[in-house]
Amino acid sequence: MATVVIPTPLRKFTNQTAKLQISANTVGEVIDSLTRDFPDLKKHLLDEQGKVRSFVNIFAGDEDIRDLQQEKTVVDEATIVSIVPAIAGGIQFKSSHHGN
Amino acid sequence: MAIENIKFSKEELARYNRHMIIPDFGEEAQKKLKASKVLVIGCGGLGSPALLYLTAAGIGTIGIVDFDVVDDSNLQRQVLFDIHEIGEPKVEAARRRLEALNPYVRFNLYNTHLNSENALDIFREYDVVADGTDNFPTRYLVNDACLLLDKPNVYASIFQFEGQVSVFNYVNEHGERGPNYRDLYPVPPPPGLVPSCAEGGVLGVLPGILGSLQALEVIKIITGVGEPLSGRFFTFDALNFENRTFNIKRRADNPVNGKNPTITKLVDYELFCGVRAVEEKPLKEITAKELYEWQVKGKKFQLIDVREPYEYEIAQIGGELIPLSTVADQAGRISREVDVVIHCKMGGRSSKAIRELEEKFGFKNLYNLKGGILAYIDEVRPELTKY
Repeated sequence: MATVVIPTPLRKFTNQTAKLQISANTVGEVIDSLTRDFPDLKKHLLDEQGKVRSFVNIFAGDEDIRDLQQEKTVVDEATIVSIVPAIAGGIQFKSSHHGN
Repeated sequence: MAIENIKFSKEELARYNRHMIIPDFGEEAQKKLKASKVLVIGCGGLGSPALLYLTAAGIGTIGIVDFDVVDDSNLQRQVLFDIHEIGEPKVEAARRRLEALNPYVRFNLYNTHLNSENALDIFREYDVVADGTDNFPTRYLVNDACLLLDKPNVYASIFQFEGQVSVFNYVNEHGERGPNYRDLYPVPPPPGLVPSCAEGGVLGVLPGILGSLQALEVIKIITGVGEPLSGRFFTFDALNFENRTFNIKRRADNPVNGKNPTITKLVDYELFCGVRAVEEKPLKEITAKELYEWQVKGKKFQLIDVREPYEYEIAQIGGELIPLSTVADQAGRISREVDVVIHCKMGGRSSKAIRELEEKFGFKNLYNLKGGILAYIDEVRPELTKY
């Protein structure tokens, strides 16, 4: 069991839920369960090979899972798993090729 | 200027008194501020509070980079500006406000689009860079320029209710260099997967908080007071009022300053971030004037508006409302018999809608309104509300 914190940009895929309790023993199992329950999250979290996308960071507690055992990092009831994607907001510094 | 040559006038001593009486700060730290040069990139939501506090604090020289002009829709969060400055270059309006706040600060203005050609020249003379831009190409550009010139980069970023802060490329008193943006996020998200603030919105007070934290970290780096947020990554969720500080590390595979660097000069960051669609075939476009001609001539066509209902309430030009996220479900409402013009606010979402409709449903009769409803308001219906 672990608690997962969903960031604002991805909450639209989790019915606006910010925190979820997930029954799992590793970070990988947390992600599997999450993407099974919320299939639309999948393409935002995982690439075509099922690997965590490199513009999404996953932290177990305060540590980056890349500094632990990646998806094999063990979680328990006290573990908070945070998903933190890159965000680029700031000002209306319009990218001339990508404004809306 | 060397610290020992820094002198304060009587007026400056009086002004900075509340700094100098802090035991761990003192006149020494205040002198370091006056001797320093700080470059603030972007004077918008983050840059506004950062610039106000850095100016008030008595930084010696502040450079401001921004190519934009003040717009009414900025004032919800960009507290540097007021209604009398709408249409004026932001850097000019910012200087006027900041000089009135602290006449002892020197300002260098760069009313330009930061790019790979000018970044190194602009950055070179500064001690610290504060990055408050809102797009991925500029984030990576600022990061790499700071690495190549060995400058600390105080980073903040915001989206909707969420903010991030870190200090990148900081060298501590033991000579140990901290991680940077490429260690944290090796590659940017593909375009369209993560919305920008212009698309996704941001609560106005949020950049006020995060931009102030940026100013705080700049001051700590310059004065050596406290411990900068290097090797740590702060996130703040305003909705739940929760913050976390994660540990982050340098990566051996960092292409700029890892074990085997492959990037030794600034590159094409729009290409790197995929925002320049090299292989995509161009969409059929229609200008606001051409659309108006179709309307005047009574040509048979369908107009679709893929914005959100609240935007439609602010201003609309008679399109059928089908928000972008529902386009695939409502594809049946879109005509295959007559030409169809699709628009949004500025042309980004409508081009996404067209690509989706062409790819999934094989539409061939879709035109993107260039510049969106904003262009149409400018050129045809100036009485409508811009937002």
